[in-house]
Amino acid sequence: MDMILIPVVNMTPILPEIALSVLAMALLLINVFAPSGGQKSYLAYISFIGIVATAVLVGSGWGNHIESFGGSVVLDNFAVFFKMTFLVTAGLTVLITDKYMEREGCNHGELYPLILFAVVGMMLMASGTDLMTIFLGLELMSVTLYVLAGFNRANKKSNEAGLKYFLLGCFSTGFMLYGMALIYGTTGTTRLYKIAEVVGQMTHPSGNIMLVAGMLLMMTGFAFKIAAVPFHMWTPDVYEGAPTPMTAFMSAGPKAAGFAALLRLFLVALPALQVEWSQVLWVLAVLTMTVGNITALRQENIKRLLAYSSIAHAGYALVGFTAGNGTGTAGILFYMLSYSFMNIGAFAVIILVAKKGETNGNVSDFAGLGFKRPVLALAMTLFLFSLAGVPPAAGFIGKFYLFSGAVQQGYIWLAIIGVLNSAASAYYYLRIMVFMYFKESTEEFEWVHVSAPVALALVIAVAGTLIPGIVPSVILEYAQMAVKLL
Amino acid sequence: MSNVLSLTTFLPILGVLLLLFIPKDSKGVLRNVTLVVTIVTFLVSLIMLTGFQSNADFQFTENVPWIAAGPFIMRYNIGIDGISLWLVILTTFIMPIAVLSTYTAVEEKVKEYMICLLLLETGMLGAFISLDLFLFYIFWEVMLIPMYFMIGIWGGKNRIYASLKFFIYTMVGSMLMLVALIFLYFKGMQAGITDFGLLQFFSLKLDPATQIWLFLAFAFAFAIKVPMFPLHTWLPDAHTEAPTAGSVILAAILLKMGTYGYVRFAIPLFPEAAHTFAPLIATLAVIGIVYASLVAMVQEDVKKLVAYSSVAHLGFVMLGVFAFNVEGITGGMIQMINHGISTGALFLIVGFIYERRHTRLITDFGGLSKQMPVFATIFMIVTFSSVGLPGTNGFVGEFLILLGSFGSELRWWTVVATSGVILSAVYMLWVFQRVMFGELDNPKNQKLTDLNAREIAIMVPLLVLIFVIGIYPKPFIDKMDPAIKKLVAQVKVSSVNAQVIPGIEQSQLPAGHVPIEQMPAGQSGMESAIPAQTAPVVNSHEVK
Repeated sequence: MDMILIPVVNMTPILPEIALSVLAMALLLINVFAPSGGQKSYLAYISFIGIVATAVLVGSGWGNHIESFGGSVVLDNFAVFFKMTFLVTAGLTVLITDKYMEREGCNHGELYPLILFAVVGMMLMASGTDLMTIFLGLELMSVTLYVLAGFNRANKKSNEAGLKYFLLGCFSTGFMLYGMALIYGTTGTTRLYKIAEVVGQMTHPSGNIMLVAGMLLMMTGFAFKIAAVPFHMWTPDVYEGAPTPMTAFMSAGPKAAGFAALLRLFLVALPALQVEWSQVLWVLAVLTMTVGNITALRQENIKRLLAYSSIAHAGYALVGFTAGNGTGTAGILFYMLSYSFMNIGAFAVIILVAKKGETNGNVSDFAGLGFKRPVLALAMTLFLFSLAGVPPAAGFIGKFYLFSGAVQQGYIWLAIIGVLNSAASAYYYLRIMVFMYFKESTEEFEWVHVSAPVALALVIAVAGTLIPGIVPSVILEYAQMAVKLL
Repeated sequence: MSNVLSLTTFLPILGVLLLLFIPKDSKGVLRNVTLVVTIVTFLVSLIMLTGFQSNADFQFTENVPWIAAGPFIMRYNIGIDGISLWLVILTTFIMPIAVLSTYTAVEEKVKEYMICLLLLETGMLGAFISLDLFLFYIFWEVMLIPMYFMIGIWGGKNRIYASLKFFIYTMVGSMLMLVALIFLYFKGMQAGITDFGLLQFFSLKLDPATQIWLFLAFAFAFAIKVPMFPLHTWLPDAHTEAPTAGSVILAAILLKMGTYGYVRFAIPLFPEAAHTFAPLIATLAVIGIVYASLVAMVQEDVKKLVAYSSVAHLGFVMLGVFAFNVEGITGGMIQMINHGISTGALFLIVGFIYERRHTRLITDFGGLSKQMPVFATIFMIVTFSSVGLPGTNGFVGEFLILLGSFGSELRWWTVVATSGVILSAVYMLWVFQRVMFGELDNPKNQKLTDLNAREIAIMVPLLVLIFVIGIYPKPFIDKMDPAIKKLVAQVKVSSVNAQVIPGIEQSQLPAGHVPIEQMPAGQSGMESAIPAQTAPVVNSHEVK
């Protein structure tokens, strides 16, 4: 009988994951032993501090390149950048969650550990260099998100969101696994670098039907996760039904994680098929942008509106992905981080304006906010302009780099379709501002109470939206270093 | 002072910071502070006017690194030449007037209004001084935001529709320009250009097909802003709904962004394409002149009438600019300033009367000259300026434009455009007659008060300029002349180069460049006599 060899394992690449998991489990225990029925704010604070500490830990890994677990996990700049994005997303989410959960009467302590576990899953997706690691990360993220979407169990819509997300998510996972199996069948390995090697030695990789089918199936699976058209049907219902902070989290985190895994998978393992996958992505990008934007034009519920807008934003990122060059991919990294700031910021304002039971969530309910709550409305205005891609906000710089990538690669028409979409999207973002500033209010907004954590979240989000818009180098340089060694 | 240009541009932002600390209820303080800020900005900008050397170089330049990431390098690269100098001065000059005009017109949300005005000023100045294409684009877009809010919050009944239309129209155009800008950058990179600096792109040789696409994208964005027929429909809406100060700024400065864009960017960057498209653009300009004049004639709302007259006036500017000769472009530039002064003044006049009567319908007025003699006099002078009576600024601009374009290959277009001069006299004098003369039969009009001291103070600088430019335009022209000569040379040199580039098919050569090259020098003198004869005829028609 052979001895089972346990290789020497370097734990450094997954230290942040371990730290967050330990924290999450500790929080579960604390929640059990703490007196029930009381305030749960301390859980949010502990989570936030833990997230900040993990961010420091992640940041210290910048500039390294360490492979571990036999090449199934890697610590590189790309992973660090995306992990930071996830931590920003989670940190902001935790800050805006507490008061909301109290208001909606579902302030269960399990919420925070679940968010942290989801982040661990995302981190594994970003640092995984093996199909299995990526899949494990994806499942860890997805399963926790199913729970989070249905977290408000007294609310029918939330239940519906959870179930819908679960069923469709499982379906997409099936596609992805099938695709991975086909790739494994063709190449005989699940390690990304080895797949690249094997595929690179093929004389005519695009003629290998199994390989191409595997690629397409995996793309389908990921397209579900990032909500690309035509695999986006779940998005509006889930976004509308889920508790708003979770919607914010879902719109930014998993999308970034999906792009992290997709980028690594396609650029590292399957560069030989770039001509093929960029053609498919071209179509996906155009469909995603156009359908997302056109549908968003007619939305009255603001959560649904932002759901469709988030579909459109996935489309913009796909433009950069289609280009597949340094400019475009760095653009994706930059955009995902900026999107976290601006979108969660917008959701924070939505949470404040909404009333108990998720009422007061229509665009028209923002009427008059601009002069009753000027600072809040100003922040919202900034987020909306950034989403619309108007300078000087981070959203503009992000789009600039995404579309530049496409132009650089010769996809002029894709860029033109992209910018026209961007112009069309201005309409529905402006419509929110029309209500905030141009309509007289019937309300005094006396229920809008900005607590300290939410204020902190808003300040961070405003800074994260404005500063990279004026001096983009602070983030862009890192994004470019991150994609350089991919 | 080496960074007087930055100082001018960002002084209004400092003003915004100041305003933030003033309580919103002390409206008087808010107004006065804003006024002082804009006046100081104007005075600072005068330093540039006195220190400006009359040569073709960019002056007061500043150039520091800003963004360096990936394939792109953007710099904070600013400077002015004789062309942008006057637009900068025009901007800083109009702003205090616009602020002063809001003293009684805007009573609600004064603080926000003043902040919008100041942000707008920085945006506009920034666009005029940018020598970095990316920086220009940023300012170009930023400008939209305060204007959008000004129309939307303080506008009239249809303000929401008008503000959205304004924003989306401009956004569509500028987004396409953005793609062209990126494409141009990558083209430049292949030729060794290292950043977005405008001046190095002037020496970039692009093949005609590329030029055509890029020119179209730029021209489309600028045409929306000018606005040129048939993209002008946002303008009457925006003007009608905007508050007075908004209309003044929109007409006096924002529209100049479009024509300035052609002069500074679209034409010198893509000279061959500009020649190719000159007949098309001239056609649209002429259609704009005639069509807008005819539409203006039947308007019942004075403000809408002035808005359509804007479209017609800017048609003249476009015609002059696309003549590609010194006279035409100089005329275009002068007319840009003129239009800023006289149309700005017209909107102020409409504002005065609207504040008193809360109506702008022509039929509600009549015989006002008896009740408001000062008002009538001022209105009359501005009307003369608007129709281009000799002795006023409008004459100088229109004359030079017609002179220039008649001497270019746009001769037949000029002939049609000249009818616009007559038509403008028709609609302007007709509205003046209906508002000012006749019976003072409406009892509401019988109680009208004449202009007060503040209102007269607003108008006096404009009236002075109307006559100064009209009688002695030399100082204005002298400052801009070297820059315009350089521009004309740029356009010509490139088209000569196009002939020596081997492998270009004859059909791709710009259609219009040959006649310009072959035009005998003496001929222009003969032609100048012809419009000179036409103009008095027109004017005699006006005086009637």
